[in-house]
Amino acid sequence: MPYPSELKYTKDHEWVRISGDTAEVGITDYAQEQLGDVVFVELPSPGTTVTAGTAFGNIESVKAVSELFAPLSGEIVAVNDRLAQAPEDVNKRPHETWIVRIRLQGGVPDGLLDSAQYEALLT
Amino acid sequence: MTDTAATTLKTTPLHARHRASGARMVAYAGWDMPVEYSGITAEHMAVRTRAGVFDVSHMGQIEIAGKDAVTTVQHLSCNDVNRLKMGHAHYSGLLTAEGTYIDDILVYRLGPNHFMLVVNAGNTAKAYAWIVEQAKAVGEAAVVDSSARYALIAVQGPAALDTVQPLTGADLSSLRNYGFTYGEVAQARALISRTGYTGEDGFEIYVPPNVADRVWQALLQAGAAAGVIPCGLGARDTLRLEAAMRLYGQDIDDATTPLEAGLGAFVGWEKPSFLGADRLRAQRAAGVGRTLVGLEITGRGIARHGHAVLKDGTAVGTVTSGTQTPFLKKAVAMAYVPPALAAPGTQVEVDVRGRAAAAVVVVLPFYKRARQA
Repeated sequence: MPYPSELKYTKDHEWVRISGDTAEVGITDYAQEQLGDVVFVELPSPGTTVTAGTAFGNIESVKAVSELFAPLSGEIVAVNDRLAQAPEDVNKRPHETWIVRIRLQGGVPDGLLDSAQYEALLT
Repeated sequence: MTDTAATTLKTTPLHARHRASGARMVAYAGWDMPVEYSGITAEHMAVRTRAGVFDVSHMGQIEIAGKDAVTTVQHLSCNDVNRLKMGHAHYSGLLTAEGTYIDDILVYRLGPNHFMLVVNAGNTAKAYAWIVEQAKAVGEAAVVDSSARYALIAVQGPAALDTVQPLTGADLSSLRNYGFTYGEVAQARALISRTGYTGEDGFEIYVPPNVADRVWQALLQAGAAAGVIPCGLGARDTLRLEAAMRLYGQDIDDATTPLEAGLGAFVGWEKPSFLGADRLRAQRAAGVGRTLVGLEITGRGIARHGHAVLKDGTAVGTVTSGTQTPFLKKAVAMAYVPPALAAPGTQVEVDVRGRAAAAVVVVLPFYKRARQA
């Protein structure tokens, strides 16, 4: 699966779609592949403030639990409620399935990868 | 994701096949094993509705033979081998003098004075050393770790019989549950037993390592039209949990007894003595302090090994195994709780990483296959 060039990526295998002062966050195709079948996504309530690099939720596959790390700092303004019913969307359409929307505080941090850099990380 | 440690892991005779087939590999009990082929959910569903083929060659085999083999096995194994006929296997435990598990095992009666004990991969060395030491005091019996002589392939699911039967002259339909026979499978000499660890009908096929790959491929080819697929240890774990089969190291260990684990039916209570007998009889008389129950998580979350079971906010027990089961599509768990909280319908909670998820005690197993009339 190609890694869309309009997304930014983290070394923790999350993607970020930034538009204006908000960002959608999901996990990459590589991450979902490593996790296996996702069965549960545990998320904080909207209004929660998150800090770049810290864990803000958990994503569970049949076999394991992984932490979700915030790629940037801000306030969670929305969580993808559809995931409660259809967590498998994360496996089926990883780059279209956003998990949370964050309103940025303090701008876009340094160190996010573009698609070419992320692909290089995986090889 | 580089695993330099893989060089120190043991490999089964089918290892190259798993690698070549693109299976995801993990280190398990010192072995480099396939955890999934096409995905745990797909594999789990295949076994419940069609069949799956598993490499379980990492399991250990320890044979006990000789004049005093029966007495030796009677001493070491908590179940009663006097009730085990030739051509049959049964589930049992190797217990300490305290009545706790060294390992849970299958005992095959290969001959009047010849037994094969199938032990967990991670316990093979420990179990072998224990058996050798204990056997010395009993009498004349040779104890041999024959693990390297066998590859072990499990075919599990409603289509298992139709998958294996065309490859062998042995009449498998007449083989009873926990019965075994000898025959050839895909021109390989084999011990074929109607056993498994999935809660489905199926077979475990012991073959020489050098022909394992041929048998593996023949089985997959024979089952291809019926949708039989290769499966990994991930599905094996979710399948056995749905069927409430205990896993050593999680649900049972050297601190738990068969009575606590709900496995008292696999203890030969009529035997005059065996390792752990005194402690088990005392525990049976006095009652256990904790008991293994099934939990269904009715709140949000998935209980996992090590999570605390709560009653009115207080920790009262521990989850030993838990997952979201692909077939039942429920979060279920096995857990130790005080006997007063063991009745089906009892409401408890599980501490899922700091959040209390509601749960209810349910009857085990979670899944039981429909038996043919």
